[in-house]
Amino acid sequence: MLAYYLRLGLHSLRRNPLLTALMVLAIGVGVATSMTTYAVFRAVSANPLPDKSSRLFVPQIDPWGPQARLDGSDVPDALTYTDAMALMRDRKGARQTAIYPISHTLIPDDVSREPFHVSGYAAYADFFPMFEAPFVYGSGWDRGQDDAHAAVVVISSQLNRQLFGGASSLGRTLRLDDHDYQVVGVMADWNPRPRFYDVNNDDAFNDPPDFILPFTHAVDTHTDTDGNNNCRGTSGRDPGWDGWLRSGCAWVSFWVELPDSAAVAAYRSYLQGYAAEQTRAGRFHWPSNTALFNLTQWLRHEQVVPPATRMSLLLSLGFFLVCLVNTVGLLLAKFMRRAGEIGVRRALGASRREIWLQFLVEAAMVGVAGGVAGLLFTGVGMSSIGLAFDPDIARLAHMSAGLIGLTLLCALVATVAAAFYPTWRAAHVQPAWQLKSN
Amino acid sequence: MQIKPILAAMRRHKAGTILIGFQIALTLAIVCNALFIIHERMARVSRSSGVNESNLFVITNEWAGNLSDPQTAAQIQADLDALRRLGSVEDATAMNSFPLHGSGWDNFIRMKPDQVHMTTDTSIYMSDDHTLDTLGVKLIAGRNFTPNEIQAFPIQEMKSWPVIIVSKDLAKLLFPNGDALGKQIYAANNNTPSTIIGITDTLQSHMMDNDDNAYAYNALLVPMRELGNGYVQYLIRARPGLLGAAMRDAPKALIAQSRMRIFEAKDGVMTFAQVRAKAYERDYGMAILMGIVSAVLLAITAAGIVGLTSFWVGQRRRQIGVRRALGATQGDILSYFMTENMLIGLGGIVVGTLLALGINLWMVTHYGVAHLSGSYLLVAAIALLALGQGAVFAPALRAARVPPIEATRPA
Repeated sequence: MLAYYLRLGLHSLRRNPLLTALMVLAIGVGVATSMTTYAVFRAVSANPLPDKSSRLFVPQIDPWGPQARLDGSDVPDALTYTDAMALMRDRKGARQTAIYPISHTLIPDDVSREPFHVSGYAAYADFFPMFEAPFVYGSGWDRGQDDAHAAVVVISSQLNRQLFGGASSLGRTLRLDDHDYQVVGVMADWNPRPRFYDVNNDDAFNDPPDFILPFTHAVDTHTDTDGNNNCRGTSGRDPGWDGWLRSGCAWVSFWVELPDSAAVAAYRSYLQGYAAEQTRAGRFHWPSNTALFNLTQWLRHEQVVPPATRMSLLLSLGFFLVCLVNTVGLLLAKFMRRAGEIGVRRALGASRREIWLQFLVEAAMVGVAGGVAGLLFTGVGMSSIGLAFDPDIARLAHMSAGLIGLTLLCALVATVAAAFYPTWRAAHVQPAWQLKSN
Repeated sequence: MQIKPILAAMRRHKAGTILIGFQIALTLAIVCNALFIIHERMARVSRSSGVNESNLFVITNEWAGNLSDPQTAAQIQADLDALRRLGSVEDATAMNSFPLHGSGWDNFIRMKPDQVHMTTDTSIYMSDDHTLDTLGVKLIAGRNFTPNEIQAFPIQEMKSWPVIIVSKDLAKLLFPNGDALGKQIYAANNNTPSTIIGITDTLQSHMMDNDDNAYAYNALLVPMRELGNGYVQYLIRARPGLLGAAMRDAPKALIAQSRMRIFEAKDGVMTFAQVRAKAYERDYGMAILMGIVSAVLLAITAAGIVGLTSFWVGQRRRQIGVRRALGATQGDILSYFMTENMLIGLGGIVVGTLLALGINLWMVTHYGVAHLSGSYLLVAAIALLALGQGAVFAPALRAARVPPIEATRPA
């Protein structure tokens, strides 16, 4: 029977090609816009480290007190240098690292090559195991080298390819501005999206870092931060590098790994205790105000999903809804026009269920055609999402087998759902009325 | 025109009526908000920067090698002298950021040293005595900086800014009585005051986020060169008609001064038109997207109305024939269908207006969009009604052409 219904459906769709084309196009466009915006939304809101996100945390300590927030601003999303160093010293988490973004000019050994700009991060040894950074050669440095303020560096595989042709560069020297660093590791292509460890500096989706070197050494060489330096709540600071380190400016990101809920609770009370101690010592003049965010909470707090993405997704869904309402109307017109034919079938013995099946099959055919059209339009859509979204974010959305399958499924299910009312009307056509002879 | 028969007929064809009405409602809601967003974005894009943008270009100069701070300061001065000597260049200045740049320094302003919360936020431009001429910004009160007021040191060493120039909008915010000239404010993040020695005409901030719209015209010029941050922005005004020549000569002249610098291939040298395009890329994109969505939505709704109404006409051939046989003219039949569509449209618009306001309220609370103005609803409603009428015209015309003989034909 199915083959018969497919033939019937095809015949009917061909009888009125304009109407069919309109339905297919409407569904295609609706599905395409929804899938495109959904692809971007999913790429942007994905959990970058699903197996570890519940164990990675960001501590927040209020360095300026409630007075600095009278204009409605938040507690800063970075720590002051003093607080970050205290947390590193106490080492209350299983692993922890302070991070800040830096950039240098790399001066190649080969004098015929021009110096060029490289950007990366200053971090502690725990950075690599905490975030499960993969390595091609070597590994990160160890805590001893942190304490020794060693001049070592881990580089990206892209930089390794650029400088050393992709071969193992372990032990070789890199000159960044006026300091030499020894390469101890080359990371594999690693760019979690969003770059959760640096979302507070607005760089969540762009190119991965070229290098990572020890925080202690970066501070020794007076390397300024490339990220935000938030001195909002401070009332001035002493001049000079040390003055800046001592000041209340918030510029250090901090991540801590806590393996279980007991550790989380312990760390929370440690943070409160630390802040209370600062109040007692006279550095803070307010009751302790601390918070601990896990990775997903932090991404939400930092609003990593740009509002435009969410708004576009909802707009597309509204658009799809209009297309579906349109389809309901057109299918109704299409089916009811054939009331005579339905009457004949019913009179010849077809049950209501069989009429249902016939018209749902026809709707499914329209749905599949709409899905294919939707795929074509989605292809167009993908290439033009650079219009409305950041190019970094637009790059993330691409056609995958899953997306293709989802597009076709969506079109099919939506069309069949839209066809329920028209099919119900068709199935309840009274044979007697249609068969009244002239 | 009899409304009651139309309403009676609609009650018997509830499904079609509801479908068309609902489609019109949804389309009105979405198109209204989409048009409003387009308007908001276009308003942002058409903001004047206060800068004379023709013939102006920017070179982002990153320092290679390791110059000490005094060496950097000397190099910047030598660079500027070389640039100003070029035949194709009218003037040049060194800054840390500039209007429409998208990033840079911003500071809270306080009126008293112990003031706890800010009076307002402003963008800070490190500038020199040639900045106003290079940017093409007029001084409406006071004086420009003198060459010996220009200091040069790294941000961490900064102690105070004795003299500053503010933009007209910032001056009005801080001193509503209009007496800003000569007054002192606290802008340097410490407890040393700065004296306002000059007020410029409109000057836009470098902050481009939507959240900073309130501070868009707050600008504060400080006579200072920022050292130790690894780069400097050279803003260069070419002589009229010589922009291309200047954009070729300037990098060459800089490299002739010293090779230890890097100009990024992509954005290292940009005309101000390119700066403006890059700053408003997202806004144009969003406007285009909303425009496409609105256009396609309107087309789909129109096509849907055409399709469904044609079907209706087909269903009612006999009734139309009876009316014609009883003396209705073609015009009567035509106006019947047009009126019917108008009534459905009005119903749909009422529901659509509620939906549009609901969506707008939700966007206001979640996305900080402004409140929808009534004129948008009115314009969109009229447009949709016109669209519906246009869409129903062809099927209605076909209905009018049904001959009276249909009354005698069996069903």
